Amino acid sequence: MKILVAIKQVPSRDSQLKVSSSGRWMEDADLSAEINEPDAYALEEALQLKEKHGGEVVALCAGPARASQTIREALAKGADRAVHVEEEDLGRFDLLGVAQLLAKAAAEVKPDLILTGLQSDDLGYGQTGVILAELLGLPHSTIIMQVEKTEAGIRVKRELEDGWFQHMTMPLPAVLTIQSGINKLRYATLMGIKKAKTKEVKQLSADGLGVTAAPKVSLERVYMPQRAKQTTLLPGTAKEQAAKLAEILKFEVRVL
Amino acid sequence: MSVLVVMEQSRLAWHRMSWEALAAGQQMGPALGIPVAAAVLGHGAAALAGELGGKKLDKVYHVEHELLDHYTADAYTVALAELVDMAKPSMVLFPHTYRVRDFAPRLATRLGGLLVSDVLRIEVKDGAAVAVRQMFQGKLNADYRAAGGGTQYISIQAGAYRAEHVEAGSAEVEVLTPALEAAQIRIKVEEPFRESARAVDLTAADLIVSAGRGIKEQENLSLIQELAAAMGAEVAASRPICDNGWLPMDRQVGSSGQTVAPKVYFAVGISGAIQHLVGMKGSKCVVAINKDPNAPIFEVADYGIVGDLFEVVPALIEEIKKAKG
Ligand SMILES: Cc1cc2nc3c(=O)[nH]c(=O)nc-3n(C[C@H](O)[C@H](O)[C@H](O)COP(=O)(O)OP(=O)(O)OC[C@H]3O[C@@H](n4cnc5c(N)ncnc54)[C@H](O)[C@@H]3O)c2cc1C
Ligand SMILES: Nc1ncnc2c1ncn2[C@@H]1O[C@H](COP(=O)(O)O)[C@@H](O)[C@H]1O
Repeated sequence: MKILVAIKQVPSRDSQLKVSSSGRWMEDADLSAEINEPDAYALEEALQLKEKHGGEVVALCAGPARASQTIREALAKGADRAVHVEEEDLGRFDLLGVAQLLAKAAAEVKPDLILTGLQSDDLGYGQTGVILAELLGLPHSTIIMQVEKTEAGIRVKRELEDGWFQHMTMPLPAVLTIQSGINKLRYATLMGIKKAKTKEVKQLSADGLGVTAAPKVSLERVYMPQRAKQTTLLPGTAKEQAAKLAEILKFEVRVL
Repeated sequence: MSVLVVMEQSRLAWHRMSWEALAAGQQMGPALGIPVAAAVLGHGAAALAGELGGKKLDKVYHVEHELLDHYTADAYTVALAELVDMAKPSMVLFPHTYRVRDFAPRLATRLGGLLVSDVLRIEVKDGAAVAVRQMFQGKLNADYRAAGGGTQYISIQAGAYRAEHVEAGSAEVEVLTPALEAAQIRIKVEEPFRESARAVDLTAADLIVSAGRGIKEQENLSLIQELAAAMGAEVAASRPICDNGWLPMDRQVGSSGQTVAPKVYFAVGISGAIQHLVGMKGSKCVVAINKDPNAPIFEVADYGIVGDLFEVVPALIEEIKKAKG
């Protein structure tokens, strides 16, 4: 099975975000970056499927040159090769534009299965995989917690709300969006890191893929939200804060 | 020009978030000066369509087909594409449910549009709709505006609008039978199920101490357990803690875990992403301990301690023991 995994590089989770002077994005030049969390699970799922059924795992990433760090990490964990749609300013495309870049690049790879994360930690659209499926004319399912290969295709377990699940089957090729927690993540080995240096990373560009930015939706402004609720913040040292909270719990909330 | 609200039902029972999306629609219609319609899809859903007919709407579409008896993305996309082609709404609203996540991006793409997902509110500026949504897991907000002239597709975040604001009225119900064929449905679904019975029922707990990723290592969970023991509380967690296998899944609070409403909910090192908030917002009192003063959890907290949990929690355990005497 040839499996394509879409991985995105996002600012690290504990980044201190500052809106840039344009008011449309973050000052991200000096933020550290990491792989989008659900994408790490998607990659792991692809590696496990390959270990069971053979085939190849190809990582696909659209992003600036610095995203090559994340691509290298995927190769070090065991992806066989990668495709990097290098684009310094992905922000000039809307979500559909990015999905078009990924779809064009995916079409060249001709995978049997495409895995994406269910949602990106930065933009959080939760849509790219589904749009990709439509652009490629493939069946899809989302929020996947288990993937099994069958004679005719795949059988997956989809997470529903409130602790419910559902199994479904579909033919291949197909697109799945993977939920965090589907498996246990591996670490890259030293050997893996060494090998990664020799693996192929194919560079593509928006121009080369014939995708031009024509946003249907424009992101006008990014800003810190106004907090509506009046939280009583407890001042002082940790000890003072703790003492005050214990007092509140005892005399106001009355649970002690 | 109209607003179309796509309602959600399973086994002929409404998804509660449908009413929130409907409330959003009923506000947008007058704000934009255009009529409002709502649609329900299903098989044998006439009673639900009739119920919608008792709301303040200009039109109700009852999309009826036996292949809509249970949900598949393929069938919903075909059926709704036909409805949108016919009704030509300028704005389509959905509740941002797991099902809408599954099909709405596909539908919008097929119709040449783009969904703005998980929207907090829609403002009307110079006669045009501006959709406000969160980014970076609720740390930032962003305004989106349609760049072209086509239909706008927007899904509404849980709790963003209030179901009790839905206004009653009366509307004509039109039945539509989409041209849907079994061959168009590539996915075969099985019956929904729950994992083996939950070992813990957090919904009955009076006090809950919940740990998030701020706890850093599995070993540090003992700190949370100690706090819970001092309080006489149950231990719960955000999703990443359960994903890591540090606590069993049945301790997870949130949209894919349990929905709890204790007297006091301690959120320790939890950022407050919407999928977590929906599971604990109903708590009578929320106490948040987080080192980031901008963490969205403080939006729902009654009492907040901005600080390092590794300093605050040990001090708190001591103070609680003292207070209990
Ligand atoms: C479809 C879907 C379903 C989901 N279902 C759920 C669900 O049911 N439940 C759920 O919880 N999540 C769910 N999620 C995930 C959710 O979006 C968030 O990713 C998750 O809730 C984040 O968990 P967290 O707050 O523990 O971690 P983070 O967001 O990483 O937050 C950690 C927090 O700890 C703070 N911190 C760090 N160190 C310290 C310290 N020393 N002292 C004090 N504070 C510190 C940080 O400031 C930060 O605010 C779901 C996501 C999706 C897309
Ligand atoms: N620039 C990108 N490069 C590679 N994959 C991406 C990119 N953007 C989004 N994705 C994939 O799409 C998923 C969902 O992203 P989103 O729709 O932004 O929430 C992510 O988890 C990734 O797997």
